[in-house]
Amino acid sequence: MNYTVMILGMALITVLTKASFFLLGDRVTFPPALQRALAFVPVTVLTALIVPMVLAPHEQGVELHWRNPQLIGALVAIAVCLRWRNQLLTIVLGLAAYFAWRAALL
Amino acid sequence: MHTPRSALLEGVRDTLPMLVGAAPFGMIFGTLAVGSAMQIWHGSLMSATVYAGSSQLIAVGLVAGHASLLLIWLTTFVVNLRHALYSATLLPHVAHLPLRWRAGLGALLTDETFAVMVGHYRLHPQHSHSHWYFLGSAGSMYLNWQSWTLLGVLFGAAFPALQQWGLDFAMVVTFIGIVVPQLKQRPQLLAALTAGAVALLGRHWPYKGGLMLAILAGVAAGVWAHARTSTVVQEAA
Repeated sequence: MNYTVMILGMALITVLTKASFFLLGDRVTFPPALQRALAFVPVTVLTALIVPMVLAPHEQGVELHWRNPQLIGALVAIAVCLRWRNQLLTIVLGLAAYFAWRAALL
Repeated sequence: MHTPRSALLEGVRDTLPMLVGAAPFGMIFGTLAVGSAMQIWHGSLMSATVYAGSSQLIAVGLVAGHASLLLIWLTTFVVNLRHALYSATLLPHVAHLPLRWRAGLGALLTDETFAVMVGHYRLHPQHSHSHWYFLGSAGSMYLNWQSWTLLGVLFGAAFPALQQWGLDFAMVVTFIGIVVPQLKQRPQLLAALTAGAVALLGRHWPYKGGLMLAILAGVAAGVWAHARTSTVVQEAA
């Protein structure tokens, strides 16, 4: 196979899927029902991306126990975010809890 | 955020955790690309032109499995479909920009920059320099990805244990900081719970099918809960 052709084809497909709506610009208007549906996209996408990373960090079984540092770090981040509503603090304390827990388990 | 320059720098700053989170994946991709049937420079060519981590990693796997060109292109399309959802979601905020801005920002869109921009537009729905902030986020992600891919290509074989560093956890806590404040409304909470559950159940499905279905199921649950809430309110009134 010609890998350069393969890669450039992939590039074209990717750019078209990424930029399609941006390129059509304000000529597209979404009906209210679709807009309402799209309002749920961010929360669903981000949650769908991180839940498997937290609950099944080794891409095998679900690890719903205290020896899972991803779970501890995520719970701390959620608690901090609920309490202080500060994104930077959420990231810093969540990461700190994760690394501290990993170190403590070793 | 008073000048284009300060908006650009704030976009870079708010993307920093994502830059850290993407680093191990860039190196892993570079390493795998070197180990495949492709030539050494193909790894960097793919990062520079395709610029979509999941598709790139899957393509390397398909090349190793001797998949046909058509299958590789079809898979690329399916795996990247979620980006069409992202650009549809962000469109109202960029529709007024000139074509070259929309084309450039669209081509540079990623999961990470989408997350950062959702947070940004929530705080600043009307800001005249938001496209510079967008460029700061997307541009720094792009340069970051190229650098780490190149490092992976050059030194990949020397770093076999990258996945165990756990730096991708920076992405998890960042997403939590964006999602949790939005869960005050019940439809959003239901949408998130549904999406999370389906993503967990479908995490082994090929071609990110579980992720795509999780998004659809979550949106459907949210729309259903929203419609139900509105009906109750109307009846009460």
